[in-house]
Amino acid sequence: MSSATIPPQFEIVDRPLDTQMTISMGPQHPSTHGVLRLELVLDGEMVVKTTPDIGYLHTGMEKLFEYKKYQQGIVITDRMDYLNPLGNNLAYVMAAEKLLGLEIPERAQTIRVLMCELQRIASHLVWLGTHALDIGAMTVFFYCFREREKILNLIEAASGGRLTPSYFRIGGLMMDLPAGFENRCKQFLNDFPPAVEEFHKLLTGNKIFQRRTQGIGRISAEDAIDWGLSGPCLRGSGVNLDIRRANPYSSYEQYDFEVPTEPDGDVWARYMVRMREMKESHKISAQALSRLKPGPVKADAPKVVLPDREAMKSHMDALIHHFLIVAEGFDVPAGEVYFPIEASKGELGVYMKSDGGSKPSRVHFRGPSFVNLSVLPVMAEGEMVADIVAIIGSLDIVLGEIDR
Amino acid sequence: MGLENIIAEALPEVLTTRLDSLINWARKSSLWPATFGLACCAIEMMNATSSRNDLARFGSEVFRASPRQADVMIVSGRVSRKMAPVLRRIYDQMPEPKWVISMGACATSGGVFDNYAIVQGVDKIVPVDVYIPGCPPRPEMLIHAVMMLQDKVMKESVRDRRDVPEEEAREAVVPGTLPVTDGSTAVQNTLPESRPYTIASRHERRRSS
Amino acid sequence: MQAGPENIAPSPEPTPSSESTTPSPLVTALQHEHPEWMADVINAFGETTIVVPREHIADVCSFFKTLPDARFDFLADICGADRGPEEEPRFEVNYHLFSTTKYHRIRLKVLLNEDDVHVPSVTGVWRTANWHERETFDMFGVIFDGHPDLRRILLPDDWQGHALRKDFPLRGYEPYSLK
Repeated sequence: MSSATIPPQFEIVDRPLDTQMTISMGPQHPSTHGVLRLELVLDGEMVVKTTPDIGYLHTGMEKLFEYKKYQQGIVITDRMDYLNPLGNNLAYVMAAEKLLGLEIPERAQTIRVLMCELQRIASHLVWLGTHALDIGAMTVFFYCFREREKILNLIEAASGGRLTPSYFRIGGLMMDLPAGFENRCKQFLNDFPPAVEEFHKLLTGNKIFQRRTQGIGRISAEDAIDWGLSGPCLRGSGVNLDIRRANPYSSYEQYDFEVPTEPDGDVWARYMVRMREMKESHKISAQALSRLKPGPVKADAPKVVLPDREAMKSHMDALIHHFLIVAEGFDVPAGEVYFPIEASKGELGVYMKSDGGSKPSRVHFRGPSFVNLSVLPVMAEGEMVADIVAIIGSLDIVLGEIDR
Repeated sequence: MGLENIIAEALPEVLTTRLDSLINWARKSSLWPATFGLACCAIEMMNATSSRNDLARFGSEVFRASPRQADVMIVSGRVSRKMAPVLRRIYDQMPEPKWVISMGACATSGGVFDNYAIVQGVDKIVPVDVYIPGCPPRPEMLIHAVMMLQDKVMKESVRDRRDVPEEEAREAVVPGTLPVTDGSTAVQNTLPESRPYTIASRHERRRSS
Repeated sequence: MQAGPENIAPSPEPTPSSESTTPSPLVTALQHEHPEWMADVINAFGETTIVVPREHIADVCSFFKTLPDARFDFLADICGADRGPEEEPRFEVNYHLFSTTKYHRIRLKVLLNEDDVHVPSVTGVWRTANWHERETFDMFGVIFDGHPDLRRILLPDDWQGHALRKDFPLRGYEPYSLK
């Protein structure tokens, strides 16, 4: 043991407790929700300064989009915010549809809303499970994942993939909902409110949880807007902003739901906002389910949307269109759009620029977690190291979206 | 003389086995993974530990945060070039016996991402024992992989897994290679000229098992 | 902008993003007061894009932030784009602005030549520009003058090249090896 030599670049300080210590939290850490590295400058237990160091999951997705046809890019978007893949799909697909000027049939829009809201509930369940696990409540983790399994079963029934569904296509959906889906969905929606009550019973009245979250990581409303926070982080500071209300998309203006806000701006406020959002998503899903009417799920654009399999096998022009769409892709008119949606973490914006070809010229995802994480140094100054864990949990970051 | 009869009749509490089998049985029944969830496969790994697909039934009772206390490293997710030295360092910190499960297409071969940022397969960095395909693999596939690893562990010999001498482990990755923006305790952004990675050789000899 | 009660009040009427009428008064206001700040206006797909000369971008941003009709207090995104190595100007930097009270959006675009990729930083206007500009620098090599801490954010610190430029190969220059 004593034969190990310390490399020369580290100097030995005679009184180490008088100086501030820089340590690295992560990138492999159970509580950083992914490969995030925080350089903490500590004065004892108190954090003097923290600098996030990201890029440990950088996948080069934006460069990959430029080499793939529009339809192929949908698969890549799943892996970005991997807790909310249907939201990523929706943003990408709707940006492309805006460029193409497609009209989406009503049933497709309703199913999109339904799946997105189910996905929002699933994402918030993972947030709650991991946030509570980091604070110390392990039971909540298992209960949340039990509920999430039911949602994953529903998504898998519709699209074939639990975590990477790629269910939406440019012009509509991959295919219609399977038989019996509505009954299963109703069953889940009936079972969900008692589960939320269970989470409230476990956490909301719990003095330990309250002491660990109230007053921690405060940010005011002006600072939140200046730093570009969005989603539950912004609504937890009292700002009533929801993209579903501000710039509605995919028929969200027809649904009746509240936008929960809390005035405090601390970890507790963000927790309450997300818990209430789960209830609101449940409300929207129930409305969407009751609105489902039979109809087409793909837009009427034979050069963009794949034809049905039966039509492809029996009609020549459908076969030709299918072949051309799959082999060569379709040309998208030149131009650029920025399409924001309200993902479960905040404003997910897609900037898509086309040169007129079948591959995009630039696709940029404005990930809400990327911006939400940039506010961590502001929130974490003066807090204890253990509170950093609570703050990261309340920001609800997903490194896949930050690093892309 | 009927040694077997004597043992079976007179001393029924005696268990006869080879040392290898006993130790391997103990090792395979308590494979504790190190938390190395990187991306989407990590969520499926979390699903595998949750109540529907319970990985703890197979011995993986806890996921140890510290690699010094872990047996198996389940690399779940895509490994980017920035993360690769970190992965290697965590692997080197694990004491013997250690195994690696490469979970998912990205860890196995780069997956969907054949580009500048992702290492095309984690076996370019660490020796892998079990590969799991899928994007992401279902939790049942992870459980199957753990069971395959358990079969593999049963076939090993205790002599194969000796701990590496301490100095060699310490010098494998020169510390201070992660950038520190503050500059207070480490030199900023230095990269050593040569990194001796010598520890993999013992495992490569045993690959044929 | 005040925090608290003003923002918890019921939100004003939302404007669907397909309408393009709302930002046009802002364009005319900008044209009226500072015509030299506007090089071009593009209206397409329901969105308004103003092409701003490079020197005035910070002024335009603070103008739009404080203008009472506009109140663009939220910087949604700064996004770089590479038009291709043969195009002049080669790079563009897009600023996406959003108003949290009036719910309208606008895009500002700065065009840059390949040999002079400097842009004034807008971190003084919105602090969120900090990370966005670091990412644009990392991916394209666009240098933001006045940025407090311009260094790479996503790629490793010793990476050579800028990844999202069109002449950077998809698979990089060499496969990864430990040595």
